[in-house]
Amino acid sequence: MTDILTIDSASKRRAGQLTLDAVSLALAPGERVALLGHNGAGKSTLMKLILGLTRLDGGAIRIAGARPGSNAARLATAFLPEAVSFHKSLTGRDQLSLFARLAGVGTAPVAGLLERVGLADAADRRIGTYSKGMRQRLGLAQVLLGKPAVALLDEPTSGLDPLSRQELYTIIDELAEQGTAVLVASHALTEVEARTDRIAILRKGRLVANDTLASLSHKAGLPTKLRIRARQGAADRFAADTGGRRVNGASIELSCAPEAKMEQLRRFAAMTDTVEDIEMTPPRLEDLYRHFAQEEGA
Amino acid sequence: MIGRVLAVARTEWLIVRRNRWLFLATLIMLLFALALTFAGSAPTGTLGVDRLTVAVASMTTLSVYLAPLLALMMSFDSIAGEADRGSLALLLSYPAGRGEILGGKFLAHLAALGFAMSVGFGTSGLVVAATGGASLESALAVGRLIGTSILLGAVFLVFGYLLSSLAGSPAAAAGLSAALWLVVVVLYDLGLLGAVVADAGGYFTQNVFPWVLTANPADAFRLWNVTSSSDVALATGMTGVSGSLPVWAAPASIVFWLVAGFAMARTALRRLEP
Repeated sequence: MTDILTIDSASKRRAGQLTLDAVSLALAPGERVALLGHNGAGKSTLMKLILGLTRLDGGAIRIAGARPGSNAARLATAFLPEAVSFHKSLTGRDQLSLFARLAGVGTAPVAGLLERVGLADAADRRIGTYSKGMRQRLGLAQVLLGKPAVALLDEPTSGLDPLSRQELYTIIDELAEQGTAVLVASHALTEVEARTDRIAILRKGRLVANDTLASLSHKAGLPTKLRIRARQGAADRFAADTGGRRVNGASIELSCAPEAKMEQLRRFAAMTDTVEDIEMTPPRLEDLYRHFAQEEGA
Repeated sequence: MIGRVLAVARTEWLIVRRNRWLFLATLIMLLFALALTFAGSAPTGTLGVDRLTVAVASMTTLSVYLAPLLALMMSFDSIAGEADRGSLALLLSYPAGRGEILGGKFLAHLAALGFAMSVGFGTSGLVVAATGGASLESALAVGRLIGTSILLGAVFLVFGYLLSSLAGSPAAAAGLSAALWLVVVVLYDLGLLGAVVADAGGYFTQNVFPWVLTANPADAFRLWNVTSSSDVALATGMTGVSGSLPVWAAPASIVFWLVAGFAMARTALRRLEP
C-alpha cells in the first residue's frame, strides 16, 4: 500500500535551536499511529508542518502527493487542535456549518455529525454555554467532515470524561476503517496502547522510535516482571535462592530478560513445594515510553 | 473562492448580530447624529445655509471620531481573538486562503458599519427634511457623508486587522488600536496645528501642510466632504485648506489607505504562525 502521508527528514529551526531534527515518518491509509513525547518534544510543531501552518527548514512532506498548505493538501487533511475553543456567540450548528462550507461539502452532513458526537440537543445553543468536553466533541465533529485522507489529532482526549474517551476511540476506529490515516498526539499512554497500530516517539525533536508495540518491546529488551507468591514460611529462602526482592510477607518480585522468561517460568512452576502462584507483567507502553523518551542521561 | 469568502462573511455577520454589536453601533450613531442635528441648528441665520447643511457639517466632525472608533472596536479582536482561542489554526487548516478569511470578515464588518451609518445619518437627514430644513444639495451632502463615513470606517477596519495580526494577544491588539485612534484622529491634527502656528504662514503652511493633512485618512475624509460642498466648507470653516488642493487628493488618500491597509493586513496574517 502506498503511503498517504510521507514525512522525509523534516527539520524545523526555532530561535537557533532544532525543534525537529530530520524526522521521517510515513502513514498508510487506514493506519492509526500514536505520536508520543514530552511537552516540547516537537509533536505540535510536526503537526503544524504537516498542516503548512509553519515552514519547513529542511526535508519534505507530502500529503496525498501534495505540498503542505496547498489547497489539495488542506482538502485531504482534517485537524483537531489541542483544547480548541470557538466564538462564544455562535451555536454548534453555525460553527460546523462554516467548516462544512469551507471544506466544500455543503451543510447537508452537519446535523448527522452533531448527532454522531452527541451534540444533537445542544446544536442550537451558543458555544459559550458548552462544557470543555462538548467543545472538544464539536472539534471532533469537524474532523469527520468530508472523509479526510489524513486526520491529525492533537491531544484529542484532554477534557473528555472516560465514556467520551471510549467514544472518541470508536470514532478513530471508524475513520481508520474508511481509509483515513490517523495520527494521534497523546499523553494518555494506556489508551493509545490499546487503540493504535504503531507508536512513534519524539525526543527533543528526534524520532527515537517508530514501530509496533510488540517490536518496540522486543527492541528495548525491557525485563518482564514476575511476582511469585511463596508458600507459608518459604518466602525468605526463595528470595535468597533467586535473588528476588521481598515485596510483602509472602511475595517476591523478580525481573527477567525477555529471552530468559520461559526458562524461568518453567523452573518456578516446577517448585511446587515453595511457589503458590506466579503473576507475570510484560513491559507496558509506559515502561517503553520511559525507556525511549529518557534514554540519554536517565 | 467567492463561496469561502461568503461563508466566512456569513459567520462573522452572525457574530456581530448575536453579540449586539450591530444594535449598539446603530444606536450610538443614531443618538449622536440626532443630538447634533438638533443642537447644531442654531447658527443657521448667520451663515445663510439651510439647517441640514449645518447638521452635515456637525455630523462630519462627529464621524471623524466615531467611524474609526467603531471600526477598530469591531476589528481589533478578529485575528488575535481567533489565535487566542486556538480556532485560527483550525480555520487555516481548511482550504481558505488568508486573504479570503480577511475578505470575509471585512465584508461582514463593513455591512454592519454601513448599516449603522446609514440608519444614523439617514434618520437625521429625514428628520430635518421633514421639518423643511433641507435642499437637494444638502440631501446630496448627507448621501456623501454616509458613503465617505463607510469608506473611512473601512480604512480603519483593515488597520484593525493589521494590528490584530501583529499584536499577538487580544489585549495588546486593543491597546494598539486605542493608540492608533488617538494618534491618527486626535494627536495628528494637534501636531499639525502647532506646526502651522510656529510656521506663521510660511512655505510649510502654503505648500506642504495641505498635503500632509490629506495624507491622514481621517483628515482626508473631512476634506472630501468639505471640498464637495462649498456650504459645508463654510459651515466647518475649512474653506482655506480645501481650496489649495486638487479635488482628487482626498478620495485618493482614502482609497490608497484602504488598499494598502488590506495588503499590509494580509501580509501580517500570512506571517502569523498560529
